[in-house]
Amino acid sequence: MNAVVTASGLSKHYKNTAALDNVSFTIPSGRIVGLIGPNGAGKTTALKAILGLTPFDGQLSVMGMDPRTDRNKLMEQVCFIADVAVLPRWLKVRDAVDFVAHIHPRFDRAKCEALLKRTKLTPDQRVKQMSKGMIVQLHLALVMAIDARLLVLDEPTLGLDILYRKQFYQNLLEDYFDEDKTIIVTTHQVEEIEHILTDLMFIRDGKIVLNTEMEAMGERFIELMVGADRADAARALRPIDERTVFGKSIFLFDGVERARLEALGETRRPSVSDLFVATMKGTYA
Amino acid sequence: MKTLAPKSSSLTNMYWLVKREFWENRGGFLWAPVITGGVFLLLNLMGIITAEVLGARHGIHFGASGELSNVMSRMDAGDMSKVGMVLDVAMYSSMALITVVLGFVVFFYCLGALYDDRRDRSILFWKSLPISDTGTVLSKVLSATVLAPAIAVVVGLVAGMAQLLMVAITLSFHGVNVWQLLMQAHPFRVMGNLLGYIPVYVLWALPSAGWLLLCSAWARSKPFLWAVALPVATGLLITWFGIMGLFNLPSTWFWKEIVLRGLFSVFPGGSFTANTGSGHALVINDGDGLDVMNLGQSWAAMTTANLWIGVAIGIGLIVGAIWFRRWRDDS
Repeated sequence: MNAVVTASGLSKHYKNTAALDNVSFTIPSGRIVGLIGPNGAGKTTALKAILGLTPFDGQLSVMGMDPRTDRNKLMEQVCFIADVAVLPRWLKVRDAVDFVAHIHPRFDRAKCEALLKRTKLTPDQRVKQMSKGMIVQLHLALVMAIDARLLVLDEPTLGLDILYRKQFYQNLLEDYFDEDKTIIVTTHQVEEIEHILTDLMFIRDGKIVLNTEMEAMGERFIELMVGADRADAARALRPIDERTVFGKSIFLFDGVERARLEALGETRRPSVSDLFVATMKGTYA
Repeated sequence: MKTLAPKSSSLTNMYWLVKREFWENRGGFLWAPVITGGVFLLLNLMGIITAEVLGARHGIHFGASGELSNVMSRMDAGDMSKVGMVLDVAMYSSMALITVVLGFVVFFYCLGALYDDRRDRSILFWKSLPISDTGTVLSKVLSATVLAPAIAVVVGLVAGMAQLLMVAITLSFHGVNVWQLLMQAHPFRVMGNLLGYIPVYVLWALPSAGWLLLCSAWARSKPFLWAVALPVATGLLITWFGIMGLFNLPSTWFWKEIVLRGLFSVFPGGSFTANTGSGHALVINDGDGLDVMNLGQSWAAMTTANLWIGVAIGIGLIVGAIWFRRWRDDS
């Protein structure tokens, strides 16, 4: 297995709180990993550590490099879109392409220009004249034209309307992602990315509370829908979550045999957001 | 493997980094001197018109009877060189105004250079590219101490020549030969002197630029306040408690050599104070004309300890700015 990111005993403390608390994980190549967690759980800190933007304790290797000491070399292989609207307001489309073309050794100018042609952006347009959605289009065109091995996305679609959000992920999947590339993405709009993820990581209070491949997740977690008459029988199997929809009870089970559940009612794979809510119960309490 | 852009060297990187600074600061680097030059020319034009109008109203027709041209024709070589000197000074005078503006531009550029992009978070875009923090900070030092003054010099020269032309044309209406006059000026010498001063300026401005960049990279908010308040507050404390007395120095030494030198060395011309301070008085040699800006004069600062101590401190401050640029994590 070809690991892109390997973390062991990764910790980061801000004054009294631990943003990352002795975290260990491995991200292999060719994956799309969703790093999901409530606000303040340590997602952004983890990404910043990977990008060498913040000091940390413990071991962290990104493509064999230490982000603290090899950052300049590392950034030839790593791209990131941190949030929308971090492009400087004075920048022109033309200048942005020019600049990255001359600064980045792995930038493919023709590809970037082809991507920009698909948008309404014009070469003389400045970032301050663009809508949030257009800024992301520009940023994405720049990033997708870079032949990087790791792409880090931190809330890349925050504040965009649904058209831009769908287009964003569609572009990434169709014209960028392949088995040599790895994408790590954090977002609160879990429903929109769950079908593209290959791996799922839940983070809470600086700890990884769930780290699974999407396929394995479907094996391990099962959602069961039963009528009121069988609710007690289902409860006896100790679900991790329970809710009621239209008079039916929906239970979420962790590691209970599928056959036993199917005997009680209708089973299905839980959505990532339901699993998330169940896992994070009591976070803000 | 797809075909990729040619591998970039650190030199082309630096070129593009400086270009980026120019894109971002076109207003300060280019338009501020251009507008200042324009205003300067406009003021001159208004002055000439006023003089003409007043002259006409009071019946002073100097030159009409050929008096002025008579005066010119009676001048000997020495007198003519003085005319040239006056014209040169006229050219420098356009530069003087632009220089003051340049000082402000560089001062505030340095204060914002490593702060503004942290505030609007665009630092996250720049940091997503393979640019070293050393390269970034050095490109800002270069932009402040070389690019900005070079543009100002060019603009100042254009304004100076335009002004010269304006005066000459006015005089020609009064019967004075324009070209004879203009030939007495030394535009190339002026240009050489001004451009030649830039290396001195770079070195002299280094501690100031370094201090302002350090504050810019370090401050979580209000870099201006930190940059100014810190030395001034220290100065007040030192004055109050007479601490400099311990080193047998007056408090004014601290104000002059630390506060003023640290904050305002980005204003061009400061290095001349070092010359006078160390016994190199300004020499106004009659034979050479008033060539105060000659390179011998301006480069005399290179022999002073003041300049080189400042350079050493400036380098230290810039290293600090690079460190904060690398590790300051607040966006």
